[in-house]
Amino acid sequence: MNRYWQETGALTLRWFRRMMRERMTLIFGLFQPMLWLLLFGSSFKNVASPQAIGTDNYIAFMTAGVVVMTVLNSGFAGGVDLIFDRETGFLDRLLASPIARSSIIVSRFLFVMALSALQILVILGTALLLHVVPATGLSGVGAILLVGVLLGVGLTALSLGLAFKISSHSGFFSLVGFITLPLIFVSSALVSIEHMPVWLKVIAVLNPMTWTINAVRSLILDGWFWAQLVKVIVALIVFDVGCVTLSSRILRRAVG
Amino acid sequence: MAGAVAIEITKLVKQFGSTPAVDGLDLVIREGEVFGLLGPNGAGKTTTLKILTTLLRPTSGTVSIFGHDVVGEADAVRQLIGYVPQERAVDRLLTAREHLELFAGLYHLPPDVAATRIQEALRLVDLADRVNAPVGKFSGGMKKRVEIACGLLHQPRILFLDEPTLGLDVQSRGQVWDRIRRLKQQGMTVVINSNYLDEADHLCDRLAIIDRGKLRALGSPQELKRGLGGDIVTVTLAKPIGQPLELRRALQAIDGVGEVSVDGTAARLALAREAGLNTIVEQVQRAGGELQAVHYTHPTLEEVFVHYTGHKIREEAIQ
Repeated sequence: MNRYWQETGALTLRWFRRMMRERMTLIFGLFQPMLWLLLFGSSFKNVASPQAIGTDNYIAFMTAGVVVMTVLNSGFAGGVDLIFDRETGFLDRLLASPIARSSIIVSRFLFVMALSALQILVILGTALLLHVVPATGLSGVGAILLVGVLLGVGLTALSLGLAFKISSHSGFFSLVGFITLPLIFVSSALVSIEHMPVWLKVIAVLNPMTWTINAVRSLILDGWFWAQLVKVIVALIVFDVGCVTLSSRILRRAVG
Repeated sequence: MAGAVAIEITKLVKQFGSTPAVDGLDLVIREGEVFGLLGPNGAGKTTTLKILTTLLRPTSGTVSIFGHDVVGEADAVRQLIGYVPQERAVDRLLTAREHLELFAGLYHLPPDVAATRIQEALRLVDLADRVNAPVGKFSGGMKKRVEIACGLLHQPRILFLDEPTLGLDVQSRGQVWDRIRRLKQQGMTVVINSNYLDEADHLCDRLAIIDRGKLRALGSPQELKRGLGGDIVTVTLAKPIGQPLELRRALQAIDGVGEVSVDGTAARLALAREAGLNTIVEQVQRAGGELQAVHYTHPTLEEVFVHYTGHKIREEAIQ
């Protein structure tokens, strides 16, 4: 077990070191969600009617959406570094060492989860500066982190699977770019689903992003609704198990 | 050459779809030798190397490394080998030290051992003041030195290098060769993939010429070249000699000289072993021959390659 944590730790440290070297990516990764809140929040707040979103504070309404959009971006980017490792041959070097194959994957999960948690805290901090105080307080922040990370696990798994299924990084980026925005629009990120056309509503209800957004939004706007929260956590765990199972099949074929 | 068996390859086949990349390879590589797998791109060298380094599973046949099966005991094999892949397989964002720290973790070195070895490795790669700079900006030669250092950190018994000098400048090539020679002196077994014939000639104790997944020839560079008939000495005379048969007999009597043919103004000697040029010249002059020119030609590894595969290594590499 010690060996396992030594190798996983070394790999995870590598991902953090890479991130620290790519200052621009790091800075944009942290500032982009803040921009979402500031720009979108300011421009939409006069458009969205309080009846449509159930609150008169659009920025508070949108904070949950920004949290989940950020988790979505980071999760989908989870496989990118391994695509580059595959293309440069560095992955072969890792695989020629006496490590458990899973440690590479686990290190990616640890890294993406830590990064997502950091991003969520930055978003909630920015929202706080815009006078958005979560109704559930500090323990609510803990719950938001949990729900966000749970969504991130499934998305990271999908991204890792995709990284080994798709042969080039340009193909990967095209596909991810293609699905990200529609996924945001068929969720409750920017508008409440009550006001969507029926066909869109059906898709939005099936979108794991919607579940997560609604849970986070409720923690920020309304307070503790345990039944809903537990339901979402269970649903996300099922989603994660599904994604991890799917991806591990692809990965096992790819890295033996 | 009497070292213990380091690698034993038996009836190895690797098939991708219906095309065999490796087609029934048998090979024994001994401890302490620098062994070269020589062949054009697509000959099956890289596939073979990937099987030896546990990155690919054979379709059939077996490979053992110091008695450990590469499939059944992959982790034991991985601990015994170091691998330097063909591509510039470095993380361009990490420093040399961070690379070494990563591999120290992957090979489970205890922290104190890791610290000493990393210090030692950094001294050997000779990066001077650039130890803490990301390797992305390094020259090809510097990157290669970092890669080799990473492959040696856990003190493997065999080092595999896939095209170690591909794309390097002449000076860096020389440095990589020196490093490999020093490893051999320390008793390391080194297996190299190459499609550079001069590299194979200078560096390897033994070579396997591989083409279309099959072993075409095996031996030391000298043996392979001698197998083609050895060195040739051609003596050109200013004018025809009086008694050609006598000259032929005299030349044939020289120690080391094999077949000799004399016709008109030329004598052609195939050498079985090294023979003194002086003695040859003396014999020609004693027989009354007036020397115009003496040509001494070695068969090159290129000729060996063409002989066994029916084509040149380079043209194939470009296609």
